[in-house]
Amino acid sequence: MEWRHRHVLDLDSWDRSELQHILEQTRSMDELLDRPIKKVPALRGKLVVNLFFEPSTRTRVSFELAEKFLSADVVNWTASGSSTGKGETLRDTAWTLEAMGADAVVVRHGAVGAADYLARKMRKSVVFNGGDGAHAHPTQALLDLYTAWKRLGDLNGRKLAMIGDVLHSRVARSDIIAFSRMGVKVELSGPPTLMPRAPEAMGAIFRKDPHDAVRDADIIYLLRIQRERQEEGMFPSLDEYHQFFGADSRLMESASPDALVMHPGPINRRVEISSEVADGPQSMILGQVRSGVALRMALLFVCLGGVRQ
Amino acid sequence: MLKEKAKVMNEQDMERALKRMSHEILERNRGLRDMILVGIQRRGVYLVNRLRDIFVGLESLKVPTGVLDITLYRDDLTLLHDQPVVHSTAIPEDVNARRILLVDDVLYTGRTIRAALDALMDLGRPSWVQLAVLIDRGHRELPIHPDYVGRSVPTSRSEVVEVRVKELDGTDEVVICEREGF
Repeated sequence: MEWRHRHVLDLDSWDRSELQHILEQTRSMDELLDRPIKKVPALRGKLVVNLFFEPSTRTRVSFELAEKFLSADVVNWTASGSSTGKGETLRDTAWTLEAMGADAVVVRHGAVGAADYLARKMRKSVVFNGGDGAHAHPTQALLDLYTAWKRLGDLNGRKLAMIGDVLHSRVARSDIIAFSRMGVKVELSGPPTLMPRAPEAMGAIFRKDPHDAVRDADIIYLLRIQRERQEEGMFPSLDEYHQFFGADSRLMESASPDALVMHPGPINRRVEISSEVADGPQSMILGQVRSGVALRMALLFVCLGGVRQ
Repeated sequence: MLKEKAKVMNEQDMERALKRMSHEILERNRGLRDMILVGIQRRGVYLVNRLRDIFVGLESLKVPTGVLDITLYRDDLTLLHDQPVVHSTAIPEDVNARRILLVDDVLYTGRTIRAALDALMDLGRPSWVQLAVLIDRGHRELPIHPDYVGRSVPTSRSEVVEVRVKELDGTDEVVICEREGF
């Protein structure tokens, strides 16, 4: 197969066979994580820069581990204390990184379209979007897809219930695209103030009652509630959110005992998820973290492996 | 495009070659003690299965087998077709202090075997590594030499040697093809 995506910016134009290819490549990388020596020489001599304008722990660390396991040279560039603080534009940062010989840049930025902009300014480097504003978080969606596929096998005809702040979530946007393209039915639930105006346009159905959403769901996906949303008046209080939409043992009673519980992290205990559920047998949260490393290895290798002519 | 030029082995030739190699392997190692047969993805894997079955038939000897994928260790990925695909590596037993018989279909530049040795060493420290190939077509670029050879076939660099196996290709045979427009 010929790989047609030079950059990984969002999943809008990815088709099912491309998603499937990445799932299978991720499985090969996942096997590698079981070995005593996880390092392989696949990206020896390649320079990858992790450019983070927003705080991130798991995305950054997991990209960094993936890069190191593939033997790339890694540079971490954070916004605080760098030239960005001195007023450098994103375009100049891009050109600077390219002048340093970066083969790839992983970028996380608060502005929608930042990764896409960077990609258009780069002549040779490959850009991986590590999250741009409320637009997209493609690697999160792919690792979620892999986590579910690894456990459930073929996802066609399965059901995903997504609960929380869909409106402001780049994770939600990318996950809905990835899962529905694999044939998964997506149902959303949460406070109406945090729902997109037209969920049907995203290929999803809105359920007012989260109990209805989780019924028959194979995967229950909880989104992180950002505290500032409450300050903005989107919902009355964190306690009340937990009472109505939090995944606790009561909500889980409406779901199948085999349903997988997923969350992109970091979790707010007693807000979107209770400790009982987060640490319970259905929780895939730590599995997602491991998948994140394998998935990023697969993507890095697919986009950077070998010598392109 | 590839044009078929000559058939080097048919099904029976392949079977005879593998049987002779099996005898040589048993003779040299005085049996199969401590041995693991490791096939290089993808056609080496099927040749390993053939050898394993022959050993059972000859001396009722059971030997563990594994597969090795070397995509992440290659230094010549440009020479391969478009998108490199990583397959699984699965060796069921610890390779430390074991005799490893690496098996591949065609030995050419030696770069695949170099990559396979690196991949193997990352899994542990075998006591002895031997190499069996169905076809040795010459043109080595590295100091690598096979221990067991099905057949040595002189070739030119513009030719391609294709080993076909029933499991993947529907037939057992070895053919030499010419790259057209080379």
